[in-house]
Amino acid sequence: MERDPRVCVIGEDVGHYGGSYKVTKDLAGKYGDLRVLDTPIAENSFTGMAIGAAMTGLRPIVEGMNMGFLLLAFNQISNNCGMLHYTSGGQFKIPVVIRGPGGVGRQLGAEHSQRLESYFQSIPGIQMVACSTPYNAKGLMKAAIRSDNPVILFEHVLLYNLKERIPDEEYVLNLEEAEMVRPGEHVTILTYSRMRYHVMQAAKTLVNKGYDPEVIDIRSLKPFDLYTIGNSVKKTHRVLIVEECMRTGGIGASLTAAITENFHDYLDAQIVCLSSQDVPTPYAGTLEEWTVVQPTQIVTAVQQLCR
Amino acid sequence: MEMFYGAMQYREPGVLLWRGFTLQEFANQCFGNKFDNGKGRQMPIHYGSTKHNYFTVASTVGTQIPHAVGAAYALKMEERDACTVTYFGDGGTSTYREPGVLLWRGFTLQEFANQCFGNKFDNGKGRQMPIHYGSTKHNYFTVASTVGTQIPHAVGAAYALKMEERDACTVTYFGDGGTSTGDFHAALNFAAVMEVPVIFICRNNGWAISTPSADQFRSDGIVVRGQAYGVRSIRVDGNDALAMYNAVNEARTMAIGEQKPILIEALTYRAGHHSTSDDSTKYRPGDEIEWWRMAQDPVTRFRKWIEMKGWWSAEAESEFRSSVRKQVLNAIQVAEKVEKPPIKELFTDVYDFPPPNLCEQEASLREAIRRHPQDYPPDFLM
Repeated sequence: MERDPRVCVIGEDVGHYGGSYKVTKDLAGKYGDLRVLDTPIAENSFTGMAIGAAMTGLRPIVEGMNMGFLLLAFNQISNNCGMLHYTSGGQFKIPVVIRGPGGVGRQLGAEHSQRLESYFQSIPGIQMVACSTPYNAKGLMKAAIRSDNPVILFEHVLLYNLKERIPDEEYVLNLEEAEMVRPGEHVTILTYSRMRYHVMQAAKTLVNKGYDPEVIDIRSLKPFDLYTIGNSVKKTHRVLIVEECMRTGGIGASLTAAITENFHDYLDAQIVCLSSQDVPTPYAGTLEEWTVVQPTQIVTAVQQLCR
Repeated sequence: MEMFYGAMQYREPGVLLWRGFTLQEFANQCFGNKFDNGKGRQMPIHYGSTKHNYFTVASTVGTQIPHAVGAAYALKMEERDACTVTYFGDGGTSTYREPGVLLWRGFTLQEFANQCFGNKFDNGKGRQMPIHYGSTKHNYFTVASTVGTQIPHAVGAAYALKMEERDACTVTYFGDGGTSTGDFHAALNFAAVMEVPVIFICRNNGWAISTPSADQFRSDGIVVRGQAYGVRSIRVDGNDALAMYNAVNEARTMAIGEQKPILIEALTYRAGHHSTSDDSTKYRPGDEIEWWRMAQDPVTRFRKWIEMKGWWSAEAESEFRSSVRKQVLNAIQVAEKVEKPPIKELFTDVYDFPPPNLCEQEASLREAIRRHPQDYPPDFLM
């Protein structure tokens, strides 16, 4: 926001309240009420407003208080945000960033536990990235703001408390690149967002049991970084996908198809995809926990895959 | 993107000079020589230059002005004394019933025809259906088919203008049906709360396809809705071009001066069918249509007024009609013959640059066409 006066933030309670997860804390005090704009409750309309502002030269960042609320903005995101650059013949560009907390939290109830990446992944014209660490959150956010394409940046409700040493100076990550978290030889584990931590926990156990998993945080959900992923598959010949999306129509489903299409000859086993079940996320703690892929399941899956 | 819209009279050569019209070009026009871009057809100092977004000055007042065009004209008039401030024209977001606005802003008949035929000269590159025009040059956002979505876009654009402190406002058009959408309500509410310079123009023509306004809402029209949201609103006879002009002119001054939204409800009647796929006699009486057509047609009313003033005549009318008809038919004939955009335009502009998967898909399509040319149109531009 300091670098470019055209960058502004639009959403509910993003101003002096600082946002539902305090992502925009202190920005209103620094940049004013107009640049950090509190809106009435109408997601479709403030997303539409951001689209209109973007076509007029601003670079808005739209915050969904919870990503799930952006289901109300689906019309604007699909029919307008993704589409207008194309249908206008390239005349109008829409450099918006749409971001917010999503994923399964701690007993937030089904409506507040949505994984919107499943629903949005089909929309032509948008890009999707998921951050997972303080380091990549900063770099991906900057990249998203600077991109002339509309970008949806998925944050996770349970990752806001992570602490990490990150460089003070500017750095911008590549929106389309996956992140090599742990190089290995035996199996390629593809994951993103919070599941990265469950995978790394499982990886500790796996290493103790003598396995050498390669862990890749795919980060770019649309498009997939098939270059990094492909090189890994060519090396290990075994793929495990660990995601929080539901089994049907999730990121894992698309990734499975993409890998099969492109790297079928390199696979020694069927791709395994661990996802949440096709159920709304229940409120009760134990029930909720069973809908999210746990480290023990990941360990078992790798053991079976590497038999 | 500095734009200047609106018909000029002959006293603004300074604007044209400022925009880069050379002294030689001025002189050429006065002498009507072969280098005059008006081709010697207009009297001295009646300059015009499409390159400079400056409509050729006409001696006569009056053209066919449906109320939407009258509104656009009013919006542009006040730009006149703005030589030193930004010429940024007011942005427009609309439905497909406002080609008049675009025509007024300088979109040519040929450009309209090109869009309808989706040929390679269409600035939308053949991607949007007919009459879903758009032109960045004319500050006119490309029309989307979705109902009411353009209303919050206009509010957002006005927000951008307010942030950048520009001497301009946005205008958005929608029908009586569009006011039922969620976007309409939220957009009005937002505009009021955020105090942005936007003019909401509702064409209340009584029909949303086959749904009469009695089945669309039970409020006293749209004007009360604006009031309910804290937006100053006015109801105008939409078939009276002068009334519309005055209302919009005033609205623009208020919107920019006070940085507040205004709503104008233009009462009119949809004398035509909803579209070429509709036969409205199926759901409304023919004599109702006839009555509005005969008694209230805005074009006829305006014509009678300018004829009364001595600025127009029956001869001028029939000459003008036949000339425009020829131009339109010509534009259509020309557009029809132009090729469609080449295959690469199927894949560009989805993003700023085509990503690998789209490049692959394009290669795959080209391969399919190469192998089975008989299954694809013969004049397909590769």
